[in-house]
Amino acid sequence: MLISQDDRLSFEKSKPGRRAVSLPKDRFSGEDSLKNIPKGLLRQTSIGFPEMSEPDIVRHFINLSRKNFSVDTHFYPLGSCTMKYNPKVNEWAARQEKFSALHPLQVEATAQGMFQILWELEEGLKEISGMDRFTMQPAAGAHGELTGMMLVRAYHASRGGPTRTKVLVPDSSHGTNPASAALFGYHVVEIKSNSHGCVDMDDLKQHLDEHVACLMLTNPNTLGLFEKNILEITRLVHQCGGLLYYDGANLNPLLGIARPGDMGFDIIHINLHKTFSTPHGGGGPGSGPVGVKKHLIPFLPGPLVEQTKKGYAWASSSPQSIGRVKLFHGNVGVMVRAYAYLKTLGKEGLRKVSEAAILNANYMKEMLKDTFKVATDGPCMHEFVLSLKSFSAQGVHAGDVGKRLLDYGFHAPTVHFPLVVPEALMIEPTETEARETLDLFIQAMKDIALEIATDPEKVKNAPHTLPVRRPNDVLAARKPILSYRDQVREKALAAEKMLPTTDCRLQTSD
Amino acid sequence: MNFPENLRYTKTHEWIAVQGTKVKVGVTEYAQKEISDVVFVELPKAGQAVQQAKMAAVVESVKAAFDIYAPVSGTITDANKALEANPGLINHSPYADGWIFELELSNPSELNSLMTAAQYHEAVQQAPKH
Amino acid sequence: MPYLSLTEEEKKAMLGEIGVRSFDELIKDIPVSLRDPKISLPSSLSEPEVQDLISKLGRKNTSTKDALSFLGAGSYEHFIPAAALEIVGRQEFLTAYTPYQPEASQGTLQAIYEYQSLMTELTGLDVSNASHYDGATSLAEAALVALKHTDRPKLLVARSVHPHYRETMRTYLAGTPYKVEEFGFNEDGNFNREEFVAKLDATVAGVIFQTPNFLGLVEDLEGVSEKIHANGSLMILTSDPLSLGLFKSPGEWGADIAAGEGQPLGLSMMFGGPYLGYFVTTQALMRRIPGRLAGLTQDADGKRAFCLTLQAREQHIRRERAGSNICSNQALCALAACAYMTLLGKKGIHEIAEINWDRANYLRNKIAGLKNFEVDTMQPIFNEFRVKSKKSFAKIEEKLMAQDIFPGVALETFYPELKDQFLVCATETKSKEDLDRFVEALAQC
Repeated sequence: MLISQDDRLSFEKSKPGRRAVSLPKDRFSGEDSLKNIPKGLLRQTSIGFPEMSEPDIVRHFINLSRKNFSVDTHFYPLGSCTMKYNPKVNEWAARQEKFSALHPLQVEATAQGMFQILWELEEGLKEISGMDRFTMQPAAGAHGELTGMMLVRAYHASRGGPTRTKVLVPDSSHGTNPASAALFGYHVVEIKSNSHGCVDMDDLKQHLDEHVACLMLTNPNTLGLFEKNILEITRLVHQCGGLLYYDGANLNPLLGIARPGDMGFDIIHINLHKTFSTPHGGGGPGSGPVGVKKHLIPFLPGPLVEQTKKGYAWASSSPQSIGRVKLFHGNVGVMVRAYAYLKTLGKEGLRKVSEAAILNANYMKEMLKDTFKVATDGPCMHEFVLSLKSFSAQGVHAGDVGKRLLDYGFHAPTVHFPLVVPEALMIEPTETEARETLDLFIQAMKDIALEIATDPEKVKNAPHTLPVRRPNDVLAARKPILSYRDQVREKALAAEKMLPTTDCRLQTSD
Repeated sequence: MNFPENLRYTKTHEWIAVQGTKVKVGVTEYAQKEISDVVFVELPKAGQAVQQAKMAAVVESVKAAFDIYAPVSGTITDANKALEANPGLINHSPYADGWIFELELSNPSELNSLMTAAQYHEAVQQAPKH
Repeated sequence: MPYLSLTEEEKKAMLGEIGVRSFDELIKDIPVSLRDPKISLPSSLSEPEVQDLISKLGRKNTSTKDALSFLGAGSYEHFIPAAALEIVGRQEFLTAYTPYQPEASQGTLQAIYEYQSLMTELTGLDVSNASHYDGATSLAEAALVALKHTDRPKLLVARSVHPHYRETMRTYLAGTPYKVEEFGFNEDGNFNREEFVAKLDATVAGVIFQTPNFLGLVEDLEGVSEKIHANGSLMILTSDPLSLGLFKSPGEWGADIAAGEGQPLGLSMMFGGPYLGYFVTTQALMRRIPGRLAGLTQDADGKRAFCLTLQAREQHIRRERAGSNICSNQALCALAACAYMTLLGKKGIHEIAEINWDRANYLRNKIAGLKNFEVDTMQPIFNEFRVKSKKSFAKIEEKLMAQDIFPGVALETFYPELKDQFLVCATETKSKEDLDRFVEALAQC
């Protein structure tokens, strides 16, 4: 059997007396001094960590890893997530002890190499995006948006004038956009998409007034379309005194082709874990540097890196700074990787990346358009959306097709997003995939379409070849079991009440 | 779909059973279908004052969390504790065992703004299908 | 570009199949005035050149492996088991996305579930999430939970909580109706009990303590949770997780939320990140936890399976009505912590805490004997303590740096009144020779 079927937790593999890591035996302070600590401060309860040997622990985790799909093992056409190849030289760079063993508060003169990376990466981001300064602190795209909204608020507050209470977001936007704006008490106004999938200009105009704080926009948008009225949009929002925020989730197709800064955006976040090829790590760490135009630099979280006669240093924060948004300087490990990528990319690589990303997406769209309904007309940028509504008659949903694709050895595309498309399936191939891979995926999609016609149950009950099939999320949320402690407690309760444990969660499989 | 004649309704899909100055509130059969399997209900506390059309409870499924609005203003007198252990009651018995809270009316004239079963039925028919 | 696959012929053929004559037809929606911006970037480097550059830049740094470092203050030098590094480097974990497709992510999901399980054991609380960005943001999220849960407008924060945590919290809350009030610490470094009690009024949503506090002292929180709870407020505690192998856990102190920095659990210092924000709370607050959680469930065939759960209030579903905008965790960092804690095991977690305490304690006692330095001695410490110098710290630092010793973090940066005081940290990475060498060097100052 290729994949281990053992689903026991480390806790369930534990046996008293087993040890993995060995630690120094000698004590310098003398045995007695530990006894001088007041008993009231010492821990009284035991810590129920598992007891296992190192070989067993390693096998445990490596077998877990084999239950994952990943970019290194599978094609991962997850729309809006830009699952491109994560270059190994980036990993090599980030593992160097000369970086990983640096303390965030060590004297500046002792970390000049690190500072140079931060400085040059920022310079690169500025050039590529057309912005004037970046803070590297935000840890993710959503964290960047949060920082962006703080900047918007601080900027308007510094200028006085009318109270700006509204943040505009298109109805096709990522959920983080409205959530970020609402956290600061902004009234979120959804702007409709027109029949082509872009911002409806008439609807936008209706909402533009002196109360608009900001418009948040993803461009290309989540339908994979470039907002062709972008210059008009930014002009109109600026005219009423609002700012423009660029959600950099979809920056990948614009490298060397167009810059958010030139479009008129005031604030932008860039997902280094998307466009700059750093790994997603199963859900983080990412990095979401936030760039601004000149008029917003004083508000950036500090400290920023500056170049002085003595070398690089931390600049003291401006009095108008919103303050820090993170413990130290951001996810530096991710930045080292992005820096290595930037160096590999160079000036020549930018456009090659975007062109291949756009070409791959359009090719797939073209090959699939006769079998599936494409949500938009005309060419797309780096991703496109299919609407699988026509399969509702057979009771098949977009999510089912995603699950069936797993059986074919492909990760599912993004399903049920954007919300404006019924039964949406959002596909982003990225630039690093070979045409053969795209062709295999296209064939799989066509085969599944055929299955829906002949044997819809096969699709509805997929996947059939993976370690588990359709975990029951209703049970998980109704009677949450969120730790081994919960399992032990629930099991004891059931035993106490003499209840039969039909719930497999409470059975130990040893 | 079943919309009992003896109840009043809101356009946000709550039902109201009037018993003197007290009203019982739940969600309609249409709403429970839209919500799908309810996994958790955040109940209001007895004694809490609520305002018409303002949030009074939250009903969660795995897909979404729905705000439940007070159909009329008043003071909460009781909440259905059975939903804590068995939130699925809202799906199985939306009009009886799946009631959510009870309140003491503060402004009886607000009852006039509510819909009859027939009016609600019509409103639901016009709602966009997902 | 070494990471692209399409050949020139393939590109041409694909354009033909798409039915366009040139690539530009595909980007016709981009206004011409925006296209082809002038971008000034250096030319692309080959891989040997990139490796060479990275090595050169590395050599410009003096890392804590090159020098003898006593820096702490929120980022700690610890030994990381080689097995933990190998597990985290496993590409199936590293290059996977968020586990939204549970069938294709059982590995990540079970690892998160085990991380959650380990964190509940360590903190003595009921429910852990899958992690936040870092300690500072996790504490800010905890503050938001307290404000929303109690529907009160104010947070009370000990001034001996890490200054960066407090600054991050202020940044998060600026411009909202919420307020942050602080209570100070005494000359001896312990929190000011009278001030805490006086400021604990009916508007307080939550009270935040750190132990060991920023000055390294283990706080005596006897009776504190009772006072806070009697006031209808929540108690939020932030602790170095390794210290919990020796000292009282948040659960034992009666805390409602334990939120803080998990970097000591097997993550490198990496100049400040990526780190791991842990967030563990009680059953009562389970449905208010921001961020991701993995849960145990059954699959369609009745087998055990893991999935993300309690997501209905998250941003991708609730949009503008979500309680938080978080849409990721630090999954790989949580995996690192999970592997680290598993490798330490039931006995190791106590031992490592004891060794840290031993090294720092030995060093503190030695420094206490030097004539130009004073240390806090009234309260126990964990692996860090404050040193008061009779001479200028800047001068001391300069002198020690010349001997490749990083003597510690100046406290004046954070607390202007603590002039010429500095924070010294000693973990299991220090041998007796290392510690003696440091003491010897200080004695020469």
